[in-house]
Amino acid sequence: MQRRDFIQLISGAIAFVLVAPINALAAAWNKAAFETTKLIEAEKSLEISSEKHSQDILITVPDKAENGAIVQVEVKSNIANTETISILVEKNPTPLIAHFKFSNGAEPFVVTRIKMAETSDVKVVVKAGSQYFTNAKNVIVLENGCG
Amino acid sequence: MASDNMKMRAQLKGDVTEVKVLMSHPMETGRKRDDFDRLIPAHFVQLVTATLNGKTVLEAQWGTGISKNPYLTFRLKGAKIGDTVSVTWHDNLGESATQDITVT
Repeated sequence: MQRRDFIQLISGAIAFVLVAPINALAAAWNKAAFETTKLIEAEKSLEISSEKHSQDILITVPDKAENGAIVQVEVKSNIANTETISILVEKNPTPLIAHFKFSNGAEPFVVTRIKMAETSDVKVVVKAGSQYFTNAKNVIVLENGCG
Repeated sequence: MASDNMKMRAQLKGDVTEVKVLMSHPMETGRKRDDFDRLIPAHFVQLVTATLNGKTVLEAQWGTGISKNPYLTFRLKGAKIGDTVSVTWHDNLGESATQDITVT
């Protein structure tokens, strides 16, 4: 093998190794779901269909948030075989906030802090097997936290 | 990125381990303007992965709606004192951070 060919081959391989993880990352993040401005489109991108209302999804949020920049949300699913929990805020500029996938003994439970632009429902969708379940709770927002 | 990027705690309570994570990140939406009316580019965590002794337990995708300096609590069954919980995040600008904590 010519030295030039060898260098080309090696630099090609290095470029591939550098680019591959970025591609893998881009694939793992659901761009369409997170960038849409419509809740229904976000759900479509997450392949959510025929969701049923369920009281077995427990959502803990404040009734009123002074500052929409930090609203603590706790979600617990009592639905058997819960695989994922998605958190959406209907009236945010981009409604999908987060999508959590649980495995290997992780309980379907999560606490996080989110931004809310205005008074809105905080909607949670749970995937269990091939079924989807949903529940929602309203939060009154006194000051826009989306900036 | 500096190792002090994340504050973590993993405590066994009964048969459940509660893991609390506080990350240091601006979480810019890309819609905010600076003092000179220029848009501040989006800069936010997109992926968070947690493992227990190397096995994936939680995979999260986040949008710009997670608050600045993200806070996260999750719970694990089957973890023992001395086990290792590791959390990694990746943001939209290619930055990342990883931190380990021992279950106590």
